[in-house]
Amino acid sequence: MDGISLDVPAGSFFGIVGPNGAGKTTTLSMATGLLRPDFGTAVVHGVDVWARPLEAKRLMGILPDGVRLFDRLTGEQLVTYAGLLRGMDKDVVASRVGELLAALDLAQDAGTLVVDYSAGMTKKIALASALIHAPRLLVLDEPFEAVDPVSAANIRSILDSYVASGGTVIVSSHVMDLVQRMCDHVAVVAAGRLLAAGTVDEVRGGASLEDRFVQLVGGRSHTEGLEWLRTF
Amino acid sequence: MVAHLLRLKLTLLRNGVRRSPWQLVGMAFAGLYALGLVATLVVVLVLLRRADHELAQTAVVLGGSAAILGWGIIPVVASATDMTLDPARFTTFAIPMKQLLAGLALGGLIGIPGLATTLVALSTVVTWSRGVLPALAALVGATLGVLTCIVLSKVVTTATASLAASRRFKDVSAIAFMVPLVLLGPIVAGLSRGLSASAGFLPEFAQAMSWTPLGAPWSIAGDIAAGQPGAAALKLLIAAAVLAGLAWCWKLLLERALVNPPYSGSGKRKGGKLGLFGLLPAVPAGAVMARSLTYWVRDPRYSGSLIVVPLLPVLLVFQGSQTGDFSTLAFLAPLTAFILAWSISADVSYDNTAFALHLASGVRGVDDRLGRALACLAFALPVVLVFAVGHAAFTTDWASLPGQLGLSLGILFTGLGLSSVVSARYTVAVPLPGDSPFKKPPGNVGQTLAVQFAGMGILFVLVLPEAGLLVAQLVTGNILFGWLNLGAGLLVGLALFVTGVRLGGTWLDARGPELLAQVTVNR
Repeated sequence: MDGISLDVPAGSFFGIVGPNGAGKTTTLSMATGLLRPDFGTAVVHGVDVWARPLEAKRLMGILPDGVRLFDRLTGEQLVTYAGLLRGMDKDVVASRVGELLAALDLAQDAGTLVVDYSAGMTKKIALASALIHAPRLLVLDEPFEAVDPVSAANIRSILDSYVASGGTVIVSSHVMDLVQRMCDHVAVVAAGRLLAAGTVDEVRGGASLEDRFVQLVGGRSHTEGLEWLRTF
Repeated sequence: MVAHLLRLKLTLLRNGVRRSPWQLVGMAFAGLYALGLVATLVVVLVLLRRADHELAQTAVVLGGSAAILGWGIIPVVASATDMTLDPARFTTFAIPMKQLLAGLALGGLIGIPGLATTLVALSTVVTWSRGVLPALAALVGATLGVLTCIVLSKVVTTATASLAASRRFKDVSAIAFMVPLVLLGPIVAGLSRGLSASAGFLPEFAQAMSWTPLGAPWSIAGDIAAGQPGAAALKLLIAAAVLAGLAWCWKLLLERALVNPPYSGSGKRKGGKLGLFGLLPAVPAGAVMARSLTYWVRDPRYSGSLIVVPLLPVLLVFQGSQTGDFSTLAFLAPLTAFILAWSISADVSYDNTAFALHLASGVRGVDDRLGRALACLAFALPVVLVFAVGHAAFTTDWASLPGQLGLSLGILFTGLGLSSVVSARYTVAVPLPGDSPFKKPPGNVGQTLAVQFAGMGILFVLVLPEAGLLVAQLVTGNILFGWLNLGAGLLVGLALFVTGVRLGGTWLDARGPELLAQVTVNR
């Protein structure tokens, strides 16, 4: 990473976009207390993540990308576990688990071991684990990867109403259309550096976010060559 | 095309080694072991050239039958099939079936087991070089035999591919494999005694085996040497027919596998069963304990080590019955306490990156440590108590019970405390979640060994008070030392347990992210 500085306004739906290997996951890990940065700070609602980690983590719900889950638990057990780890009350956890599984269309598979889940279901159960304690900030790394369109729409409406009621969401993605439709703020990251940040309209400046992104990041190769591909 | 497939296999092998030098070291060790085994067998086969006909025929036929049987069984049971040339990966390439079969079969020869089998099988040519014809027949037999080995293993693995891909089968077979492995000593002893008692029976057994698919290819040369060309011809026919039949089965299975990739789904199951999460106190430490206990049952990497525990008394009693001296049984309870307490010293390594959930939830280190230690204690304590009391009852030496209990409980509590500290600070190379418990990933072997040995050394020092009191009781015969031992085991042990959990918790709070970064290396 190359000294990224990012302000996420409270109550915003913030998208972080960047090509593969741009450092999105690294940035989010460092901001959420999963990976210790060499220097710099992360502050969540006035709480320094690295100075008072337990307090900061209470405010955050985190969906990390590329980490395993305790997948020998059933889906229901995993989400319950996430709630109990946060020190929540047993009955509150039980009722929230039921609602979350129903909202994410996982109620039918609640008793199946997570190891037998499909990729999209695994993503959804991890999301449920991040939501269980009603955090004020949600940090979701690639939340829609491998998730079917219906579930994705459900998740989007959950997140929309969450933001409408004052919560803050940070999502990373490389699907530009999704970010343009869903988020109100966006940051473009490439090669560990921040290329642009602001409201979606500011960043895209009239063009589509995808075109603007390609323009910022560069590296678009024009379809020269590969002529043989057109001569069957 | 066949050459392409062989080159692919070699390249995969070479790149696998290139990925990490430790893999090279591991392969070198496996290679050395195989080389020793192969050299021994080759020497035996060469020496058999001078042996009388019956002995040579018996040895070659039985050994060869065992080889074919092994190639058929081991890949399934050990769930350690060499999948570098998994047929499922060739589905998108239009490779003619015949060439695919030939390439995969020859590819099976490349690698340590294939080369070892080939070398040993070819040595039978020396055994039967008592004339030109027997030697030629041995060459034909060895070729047929080795090909049968390879094709049989391919048939078995292709047929069970979808079965082997199911998680439940993998879990069960991995655990089931532990049992014969642990009981290897008694099994070998029993077998060898049975064999030596029935030495006269072996040639007849070999004679019978030589008419079965397992023994037929290996007996052709012997029959020629014995001047029975008719029998030899029949066996050649049997061997060739079996090989052809197996190859045909393989082709059918492969054709099916190429269009029906294995599907490893399982039925939907509704929730409502929280298991231990509903029973244990709904606090973070209780949740960690419930999770750990669930894993002790459901994760073969944990339950595999659990299955060893009930086998320990079996082993020690067997050993005692061999020598008539049951004094080693005194080690049962302390040894069990040590194994179980030390087993959680790699807990975070076993979690792998799932540990991120603990870190992201802001679990206090103490809760994390306490939950894991209590989970282990929940079954280790009763087991150790039963073993200690059982030892006293078995030997009717009740005077030794307090001392036994003192030492065992001391080891258990101290060990759990120490493990809590160790796993909060150091990661070791362990099988990944979902992998076979026998499959250790290459990794920081140096650190793994250092952590294991240093940890055991420290544990030994920490339980010196209890050990000293036990020795004192043995020397003086005064039971007072036994009661002192029980007190020391409980007091010192519990104090160290609490200290360990506290210290481990503090370290975990301070270094959680670094620990996560360490387990991320192997994932």
